Amino acid sequence: MSEEALATAPKSAETSAPLLAVRGLEAWYGESHVLHGIDIDVRRGEVVTLLGRNGAGKTTTLKSIMGILPKRKGSVVFEGKELMHLPARWIARAGIAFCPEERGIFSSLSVQENLMLPPKVKPGGLSVEHIFTLFPNLKERLSSQGTKLSGGEQQMLAIGRILRTGANLLLLDEPTEGLAPVIVQQIGRTIAQLKQQGFTIVLVEQNFHFASSVADRHYIVEQGETVDMIENSDLERNIGKLHAYLGV
Amino acid sequence: MTIAVEATNDPLSVNHASGTMPVTHRVVFLLLILLSLIAPFFVYPVFLMKVMCFALFACSLNLLLGFGGLMSFGHAAYFGGAAYVAAHVAKVWETTPEVAILLGTLSSTVLGLAIGSLAIRRQGIYFAMVTLAFAQMVFFGALQFPFTGGEDGIQNVPRGDLFGLFSLRSDFSLYFVVLVISFGGFLAIYRIIHSPFGLVLKAIRENEVRAVSLGYQVNHYKLIVFVLSATLAGLAGATKTIVFQLASLTDVHWSMSGEAVLMTLIGGMGTVFGPVVGAAVIVTMQDYLASLGAWVTVIQGCIFVISVLLFREGIVGLIAKVLRRPL
Amino acid sequence: MFELIGIPPQALFGQLLLGVINGAFYAMLSLGLAIIFGLLNIINFAHGAQYMLGALVSWMLLDYLGGSYWWALLLAPVTVGVSGVILERVLISRLYHLDHLYGLLLTFGLALIIQGLARNYYGISGLPYAIPPELSGGQNLGFMFLPNYRGWVVIASLVVCLATWFVIEKTRFGAYLRAATENPTLVGAFGINVPRMITLTYGFGVALAAFAGVLAAPIYSVNPNMGADIIIVVFAVVVIGGMGSILGSIVTGFGLGIVEGLARVFYPEGSAMMIFVIMAIVLLVKPTGLFGRTA
Repeated sequence: MSEEALATAPKSAETSAPLLAVRGLEAWYGESHVLHGIDIDVRRGEVVTLLGRNGAGKTTTLKSIMGILPKRKGSVVFEGKELMHLPARWIARAGIAFCPEERGIFSSLSVQENLMLPPKVKPGGLSVEHIFTLFPNLKERLSSQGTKLSGGEQQMLAIGRILRTGANLLLLDEPTEGLAPVIVQQIGRTIAQLKQQGFTIVLVEQNFHFASSVADRHYIVEQGETVDMIENSDLERNIGKLHAYLGV
Repeated sequence: MTIAVEATNDPLSVNHASGTMPVTHRVVFLLLILLSLIAPFFVYPVFLMKVMCFALFACSLNLLLGFGGLMSFGHAAYFGGAAYVAAHVAKVWETTPEVAILLGTLSSTVLGLAIGSLAIRRQGIYFAMVTLAFAQMVFFGALQFPFTGGEDGIQNVPRGDLFGLFSLRSDFSLYFVVLVISFGGFLAIYRIIHSPFGLVLKAIRENEVRAVSLGYQVNHYKLIVFVLSATLAGLAGATKTIVFQLASLTDVHWSMSGEAVLMTLIGGMGTVFGPVVGAAVIVTMQDYLASLGAWVTVIQGCIFVISVLLFREGIVGLIAKVLRRPL
Repeated sequence: MFELIGIPPQALFGQLLLGVINGAFYAMLSLGLAIIFGLLNIINFAHGAQYMLGALVSWMLLDYLGGSYWWALLLAPVTVGVSGVILERVLISRLYHLDHLYGLLLTFGLALIIQGLARNYYGISGLPYAIPPELSGGQNLGFMFLPNYRGWVVIASLVVCLATWFVIEKTRFGAYLRAATENPTLVGAFGINVPRMITLTYGFGVALAAFAGVLAAPIYSVNPNMGADIIIVVFAVVVIGGMGSILGSIVTGFGLGIVEGLARVFYPEGSAMMIFVIMAIVLLVKPTGLFGRTA
């Protein structure tokens, strides 16, 4: 992150320890070095997005935080605990949940089984009834095969199932990709409701308008590095800079 | 399917599709020829002929497995099938040995075409199971057909006179015939690997999807290499029959398929010379340990396990890595 | 009595029963192979050897310790299952990052070792194992005579197969298993211990093979080669059925056993070839197998 970005970061970030602190995160796919230095702070109850061009390393950042990539280094501290050398299942058990870009709905499981699959890791998850109030469509399709759902319903299922587990940090990878505008709005409302419930969310987004409607802050990722951070409230002022980063 | 073939991916590897042989290969070839010319004066020729037949058998499998990326677990079908046909032709039809070997080999071509065209419809692990299952069918056939002699096999196959002129009854004269056959087969494989056809095979092995998108009829290539491999395995089996004057159920048993895989694995999958070394090692071991009975099976199993866990390059693959030259 | 197309019904039903029995073994063995393949992505070539071990452990239990058939039915699968867990942890788990073929080669080597050792210590003539007294005798069903033990084998194998199906398709653990078969990485990222699940699955799969071995011991004598003979046929069964469906494996196993039994009645010379011929036809018509999914 540039000096300038650090300077614009609010003072509260330094005083209260962040829920998630990522420092100097690097990662590799096989031999190719894809992350060169990711620094992110996420405070409790925040919605933060990672913005950047295709292939900048946003998805890889989420996967590295989740511990899915075998080869990585740097530091990922969650609730004061270093996660860097833990396998993915322990990171999940610490209270982080991941919703992948391809949604990861299991075709050999029913909707009900998909929903109930992730085990509870902490107290405080949403009840199934609560999830149905967020995503009423799911309730009617419980016995269907998971992959028989529409794209939007699959996305709701993919988000819904990680709300049960008690995880308090959600990593959502492009939840609006390929969805109809009306569904995108529903997901936007859901994210706002989840924020009210106290969930902390890190979001990878291509849809900048969507990102600006839900997030508190935006990190810019470029060629495997975080190069800037913009407060959503400062967005108007930085719109030119942002367009330059994203090339829109 | 991607089998690690570090040696052939070596940056120093010369593109010898044009037909020129790299110096290291020439040297090894010359050494092999010299060795095989001197050896019969010091070592029992029947043992050497056994090594050569099995070396050709293992090389034929390596053509398919190491260079085609196709795991046949049923190569005994072509080896043993040709052995039976050659034995029948030489003994019952009373032909000269070269005719018996030729017809035995051709029978494997036909069998390879039949099984191969079915097996290539599946990939990977299923391909291995399909080839194994069809080989077992050939085994049951050998057990039941009237001409194969059931449990006894076909014994006392005459070695006959080559072209009706030269008697092969002496081990020594037969030795040179077997030498010519196995070197011929080996050179044929060498040509195939380094031909444009071989390069396409390599492309398919490394990335089948890309090869398809480049417009190659991948299944034709797979079938052709399968049939070539089956033919050469048949040549090895038919020659073996003339040497030992015997075709038996052992030749078509699944454990024979396993031995070919073991020889290839221990010598080095995807290396040119590996299977020859592997065959020499395994045949020698079997010879020395023959008195141990079923322990030989146990030892072979252990070699499998150790090779897979610790020694996947094989002997020649390892030497090639040290020398930084493809072998 | 009446005759069907010139075949006396006694012979017909006798062969059919034999077919169902063989089918039961095909079903149990292909079920184990399919479960292991689903999660480990390897074909367990040692499956036949582990089936043989099940029978051999029963024989040893009886001969050395006087343990009854019923103890064997419990202890042999447990023993072989535990040995499978150790094999998976110590050897097989080292190969997951490699081509699947290496798993085949490794387990082939293990099969050679197990069979070779059994041949060394117990010869190849076969060790007799008596039918347990509770199941001796038989029932005259009018159209055929049903030995009690054979009836028991059919029932026991059906129960075990259906119980396995139930666990995999209808329970929470089964849902984990199916999910991990599809996407182990994501299942791990949900906090589930996938490596342990893989180990237990291998242990269960080989325990199933050992259970089949115990059932087989009184029918065929205990022979070190019994596994090698059957496993290749089971490979053909697996190719015919495709490994994507649990119920599919069970149906294919029993179905092919019955077809083979019928072949023995109508065309005995070709019965050994029957399954391979069916495999060829399936490869021509539906290469992914009857219950297979397109990759």
